[in-house]
Amino acid sequence: MNVPLTLLGLLERQSSHGYDLKRDYDTYFSPGKPLLLGQVYSTLGRLARDGKVVVGAAEPGAGPDRKRYVITERGATEVEVWLTEPVETEQHLQTELFTKVVLALMLGRDASAYLDLQRTAHVARMRELTEIKRTGLLIDKLLADHSMFRLEADLRWIDVTQARLGALAEEVRK
Amino acid sequence: MTGSTTALIEARDVVLSFGQTPALRGADLSVAAGEILAVMGPSGSGKSTLLHCMAGILVPDSGEVLFDGRRVDRMREPERSELRRDRFGFVFQFGQLVPELTAEENVAMPLLLGGARRGPALAEARGWFPRLGLDGLEGRRSGELSGGQAQRVALARAMAARPDVLFADEPTGSLDSLTGEQVMELLVDAVRENGTTAVIVTHEARVAACADREVMVRDGKVTSLRLERTGP
Ligand SMILES: Nc1ncnc2c1ncn2[C@@H]1O[C@H](COP(=O)(O)OP(=O)(O)O)[C@@H](O)[C@H]1O
Ligand SMILES: [Mg+2]
Repeated sequence: MNVPLTLLGLLERQSSHGYDLKRDYDTYFSPGKPLLLGQVYSTLGRLARDGKVVVGAAEPGAGPDRKRYVITERGATEVEVWLTEPVETEQHLQTELFTKVVLALMLGRDASAYLDLQRTAHVARMRELTEIKRTGLLIDKLLADHSMFRLEADLRWIDVTQARLGALAEEVRK
Repeated sequence: MTGSTTALIEARDVVLSFGQTPALRGADLSVAAGEILAVMGPSGSGKSTLLHCMAGILVPDSGEVLFDGRRVDRMREPERSELRRDRFGFVFQFGQLVPELTAEENVAMPLLLGGARRGPALAEARGWFPRLGLDGLEGRRSGELSGGQAQRVALARAMAARPDVLFADEPTGSLDSLTGEQVMELLVDAVRENGTTAVIVTHEARVAACADREVMVRDGKVTSLRLERTGP
């Protein structure tokens, strides 16, 4: 997840305080896994240093949270470009899953049992996501759906790999 | 939800072959009353055959099938047929509605077969339409329904006689994912509301995720896995 660009995007919607930014980010993009406020301020600091946001004067009532952040032309351009670019198509590749299977086969371990267990874990997670979808807002459903489809893709891979373990074992033990 | 003491339906060491083709090679499965169970597994692994054995449609070559303490595998066909009609409901992947009948007549069918009079049966059938988002479709024939609508009518038909067990074989197999999801949501709500036990065969994980528990069928045997809680 690109936190700096996402925060910039939220700032393009309207200028904001650090705390409000964090709240919007958590609500829309990361429910259940909130950003640390410290990370928000350090990110905003870097964006300011790079000329993508400017910091308004502290408002009365002071404290660190009374500063308002405003996006610059440069920041807005960056958001605009980012929104139109495709994401890295392989960024979600489950390399650890793949690595575990191949290594297990190389070492003569029970890759099939591992795949079964992973499968169970995936379906268990899908069950949690199904509950979120049943009770959540549309935005929660969309996020849950995205995770579900990714888990499904893993599961398909798990199933075809399970079916090919014998041949795969021969190949990696050569 | 473990242990045979609370099981409503149980398969014990069930073996069944179609000629030379072994379909089940010692399948064990126990489903608790009120449980929603997903049966997963690759195509050809024996899922449908297992469901058919548990539902008294097929008789195993060996092994036992119990429903509510009774030996289904020992019953004669008329008794099994009665059991299916009175205690079980069925949803299949497709082709289950009688094309000559209207949707509400299809839904009323199990009630009529069970001896209900036409008026009350149709009234009961109609009650399912709004619950399943099918208002206004009571008079349609299956050719005039979308895939998702037809599957919801099939669900209503399966549930109309308030079965103890709903057996579903790939109930969303012919639907796109959004439609399939709606059908599954309705199915789960309907069985939970009625306290119906459900056995759902599916190869789709998102369908299985609607169940309380899933088992895998592989090469005619059932494996059920639970996640051990490891670590802190
Ligand atoms: N009526 C039948 N006649 C002959 N073979 C069958 C019949 N039904 C199923 N089989 C065979 O039994 C095995 C299990 O089939 P099935 O239970 O339908 O699997 P699944 O539902 O998991 O795809 C397969 O090898 C299949 O070809
Ligand atoms: Mg089948």
